[in-house]
Amino acid sequence: MKKDIILAGVGGQGILSIAAIIGYAALDSGLFVKQAEVHGMSQRGGDVQSHLRISDKEIASDLIPSGKADLIISIEPMESLRYLPMLSDEGWVISNTTPFKNIPDYPDINEIYNIIKSLKRSVLIDADNIAKELQSPKSANMVILGASIPYIGILFEKFEKGINSLFGKKGEELVKLNILALKAGLDAVKN
Amino acid sequence: MQKLVLLGDEAIAQGAIDAGLSGIYAYPGTPSTEITEYVQRSKKANELGIHSQWSANEKTAMEAAIGMSYAGKRAMVCMKHVGLNVAADPFINSAITGANGGLIIVSADDPSMHSSQNEQDSRFLGKFAMLPILEPSNQQEAYDMVHYGFDLSEKLKVPVLMRITTRMAHSRSVIERNTEVRQQNKINIPEDSHQFILLPAIARKRYKKLLQDQVIFEKESADSGFNKYFDGKDKSIGIITSGIAYNYVMENYPERIIPYPLLKITQYPLPERMILKMYEECSELIVIEEGYPLIEENLKGFLELGIKIKGRLDGTLPRDGELNPNIVGIALGFKDQKGPEIPEIVAQRPPALCNGCPHIDSFEALNEAMSKYSAGRVFSDIGCYTLSALPPLKAIYSCVDMGASITMAKGASDAGLIPSVGVIGDSTFTHSGITGLLDCVNEKTPVTIIILDNSTTGMTGGQPSAATGKIENICKGLGVEEEHIRIIKPLKNKTEENIRIINEELEYNGVSVIIPTRECVQTLNKRMREKLKK
Ligand SMILES: Cc1ncc(C[n+]2csc(CCOP(=O)(O)OP(=O)(O)O)c2C)c(N)n1
Ligand code: SF4
Repeated sequence: MKKDIILAGVGGQGILSIAAIIGYAALDSGLFVKQAEVHGMSQRGGDVQSHLRISDKEIASDLIPSGKADLIISIEPMESLRYLPMLSDEGWVISNTTPFKNIPDYPDINEIYNIIKSLKRSVLIDADNIAKELQSPKSANMVILGASIPYIGILFEKFEKGINSLFGKKGEELVKLNILALKAGLDAVKN
Repeated sequence: MQKLVLLGDEAIAQGAIDAGLSGIYAYPGTPSTEITEYVQRSKKANELGIHSQWSANEKTAMEAAIGMSYAGKRAMVCMKHVGLNVAADPFINSAITGANGGLIIVSADDPSMHSSQNEQDSRFLGKFAMLPILEPSNQQEAYDMVHYGFDLSEKLKVPVLMRITTRMAHSRSVIERNTEVRQQNKINIPEDSHQFILLPAIARKRYKKLLQDQVIFEKESADSGFNKYFDGKDKSIGIITSGIAYNYVMENYPERIIPYPLLKITQYPLPERMILKMYEECSELIVIEEGYPLIEENLKGFLELGIKIKGRLDGTLPRDGELNPNIVGIALGFKDQKGPEIPEIVAQRPPALCNGCPHIDSFEALNEAMSKYSAGRVFSDIGCYTLSALPPLKAIYSCVDMGASITMAKGASDAGLIPSVGVIGDSTFTHSGITGLLDCVNEKTPVTIIILDNSTTGMTGGQPSAATGKIENICKGLGVEEEHIRIIKPLKNKTEENIRIINEELEYNGVSVIIPTRECVQTLNKRMREKLKK
């Protein structure tokens, strides 16, 4: 088993929480994990990415080789396209539909959707709306994570445990909301 | 044994705590910041009374660490690569004084300049100082090598440099921690009371000793077990690789079986015997190292005699920039792989000042005030406010090194470019702006210095600023005239007033300091959130 995952988004959108939960789930499943994060300058509303590698064999490089990523998980639609050169022939793109427009020349969103849909394997999911319906607008990143679970290949329960370990200190309510969001994301791609 | 998931930076911090550290000294700088922050957060470190407060700059940090080592205790200093330039004077001299308690300097390089002005390679400064250098390739090695590094420092009686790079610092993985925390050293000043007095007569002796000891350092490199020679059947080429680059080599062989002999360098000075062995048994060598071609230049020499050596110098690998598995794969003769191209409509998303950032209001007022004069008069510095170089503000014309705003404005003013303005952040001001301002005061140079006081070190994640609450008094103390120290509030509804004040000071024929004072919105929000929790 090997899954090389690019996590993409804009600074402040919560890709590090996604990374931490997948990392937890993978370790709890007895897998090896390496995760290269971006800290510093790029957090000021710039594009951010994280390379997350999980495998049943020891992992050498902290960076995923280009053309080898199994998954691009993106909290922002345009950002999902920025990392296409990383994607393998068999790879999936799983992206949120809600654009984050903090630049003057943000492209036509429909064109972005069309490009994502034209990829060999892609899933577009309206995570922000799903999260809002759950009265938990801040959990859009957990909806995206939920939608990615079938493609990651680790049991749902492991992610639940991950959420517990990450948010446990911040109270039961937050844990519950995040797990609901996770489930809603998973259901959205199952249907 | 305990398993932990840690960043490379955190592994170093945990390693230091477990190895009997007494104090960590640092000034923030990506990608080194998380080392010190980890020690600051660590309950254990607090219980043990380990010093972990930020220093005003890398030089003061380095010197304090030398002082702790003098007193017999183990100290660590952390900085980003350009910080080692600031600390270069004490760093190079510490090789001559030597260490007493174990002393490790961690310098974090940033190849490809993810958040830096250059991509200099700290190993060159380590070699220049003639000190042993450690270059771990993964988090576990980083953890283990801190313990080893302190032992090495105490055994050889010299400071040890640990060089890491961005991917090592900011990549997370599992480490096995030795839960037995070693006791800190007791106070024990050097036996030789002259050791730390670098008067020429003493320094010459100590320098000779440093030169003689190089053989011992080299023997340590060959024997410590961190440098590894792996045999390979195919001798058509031998691979020499170091640090994080080793991982990229391995990545290209999924079964982890490499047909060629491979030498993994993790400790310097370079182990001559191991290199000689490879030189003798292989027809060619390829050197794969992150950063500048240090190993390659050493092997190749000026005359390029002997067998062919491939690497960054002959174009087998790019001369600049960070390595990755693909670049290394191509150099090893593998076919490259890539997914679809980035669609043309994908726009750039550069980092920007946060909404509501006080710097925006300061620069809007400054831009308005400067519009009367020809362009190119605003010298700036390093921090969040450097982003004001980009549209829409486009307010500044320089960013060279910390502190250079004030001194460059002075030089330009000396040249006759009047008014000249220097814009500097509060933390950058106490890091290395104060002395430059003193130069201005001593000559009554016509400059307008704007010290952006947002009560924090914003750029690196909001560490406390050594300047908070002190700037006005520092300026007064330096001799800036009181009526030309102007404190303003950078707010939208104060813009008119602020423009007027800036205009007045631009017209003054002497040193003016304007201090826009309003807290960074990120640290403000963080404080509010924490307050709500309580
Ligand atoms: C010698 C050196 N040390 C550290 C850094 C990293 N660094 C860049 S800007 C900065 C601090 C900026 O703080 P401040 O001047 O208060 O400005 P702010 O970011 O808060 O606007 C630091 C630590 C550096 N570039 N050079
Ligand atoms: S972190 Fe603070 S100082 Fe930096 S851009 Fe944001 S608000 Fe401004």
